[in-house]
Amino acid sequence: MFIAVASGKGGTGKTTIATSLALAIKEKYKVQYIDCDVEEPNGHIFLKPEFTYKESVTVQIPQINLSRCIFCGRCAEICAFHALVVLPGNVLSFVELCHSCGGCMHFCPEKAISPAEQEIGWIEGGLADGIEFIQGRLKIGVAVSPPLIQAVKNKRLSGAAVIADVSPGTSCPVIKAVEGADFCILVTESTPFGLHDLELAFGMIQKLKVPGGVVINRSDGKDEDAERFCKEKGIPLLMKFPFSRDIAVNYAKGLPLLAIKPQWKEKLIALWEKCERMGRN
Amino acid sequence: MKIAISAEGNNIEARVDARFGRCEYFAIMSEDKEQWEFISNPGVSAGGGAGIHTAQELVNRKVECVLTGRVGPNAMAVLQAAGIKVYTGASGTVREAFEQYKNGLLTLSTTANASPHEGTGKGRK
Repeated sequence: MFIAVASGKGGTGKTTIATSLALAIKEKYKVQYIDCDVEEPNGHIFLKPEFTYKESVTVQIPQINLSRCIFCGRCAEICAFHALVVLPGNVLSFVELCHSCGGCMHFCPEKAISPAEQEIGWIEGGLADGIEFIQGRLKIGVAVSPPLIQAVKNKRLSGAAVIADVSPGTSCPVIKAVEGADFCILVTESTPFGLHDLELAFGMIQKLKVPGGVVINRSDGKDEDAERFCKEKGIPLLMKFPFSRDIAVNYAKGLPLLAIKPQWKEKLIALWEKCERMGRN
Repeated sequence: MKIAISAEGNNIEARVDARFGRCEYFAIMSEDKEQWEFISNPGVSAGGGAGIHTAQELVNRKVECVLTGRVGPNAMAVLQAAGIKVYTGASGTVREAFEQYKNGLLTLSTTANASPHEGTGKGRK
């Protein structure tokens, strides 16, 4: 079972829910936590894994052999990301724009382009009190993160309860993390901004054909707008977590939700089981 | 020599578009023919790398000099590598910018004076 925790809006509590879900169910299931928010992985702050391995993740970028190049401009023409420029007598490459599609190498009539490996980040992993923990970490300055997210996802253990923490938004890194999930928890908050982005995130999982449900976090009891949205769209409202200053204060100290509110363990187990029932498989 | 001016419209009374990579049109003056040509900028609809795409188009058209408002770092790198002279700070209409250039009132630039993505979504009319 692979469940992704996404939100649309940042700061709604994805990591709070994801880490505590992992902690709550770890006695009942073999749990693997994968942090797909590779630009700023933070699940480790709460789960405190002991990292025992690290591996480099690379992508292939074009390497131009100028002695074979006839400067026909075909590579620049087919590059959808404008990562290559052909000048009379020279080829410039902007590797930070390259999406490693290999199109330039395929279409070069002179076979003057060969692949070169470029490191984009790392995967680190280890055990966190019985939880298999994995995170991706994007190298500073790298703009294209989906290949690293895919590399993190490739480490998923079959048969495990896999929980993925996802970056905010609905752009490529989020889509890459959520695609193929058996279920997606959308964490929202009862603000106009939260609802606006929930609508975007819901549209995204519909396109990806990933079943999902909503968790309202930091509820102040006035959640009518989010509730109405769920009802209108036929998306299940899975659970609400009330606002508590106590949680905010202790979260800022690096304590997971479950350590602050141990009485919520059964609630979190129930959340997981609900997702499992509604998910694919 | 071919001189390209970033423009908001496809005539010489159109205003200069301050954005290089995301400008709507280029007015191109072939000095030997003393004749204007107007082209749509293919970079305007690029998902990313607009400045690069735009610069490539000017290279392909054998432009040797660009008059514009602001140029980002990637576009400037291409223009510099291609040996295209870049004059920034052009303003008013295309005709006026060309006059400013001829009278030596524009600044020859070799470094970017705009940040990446600056032309995206801003200043659209």
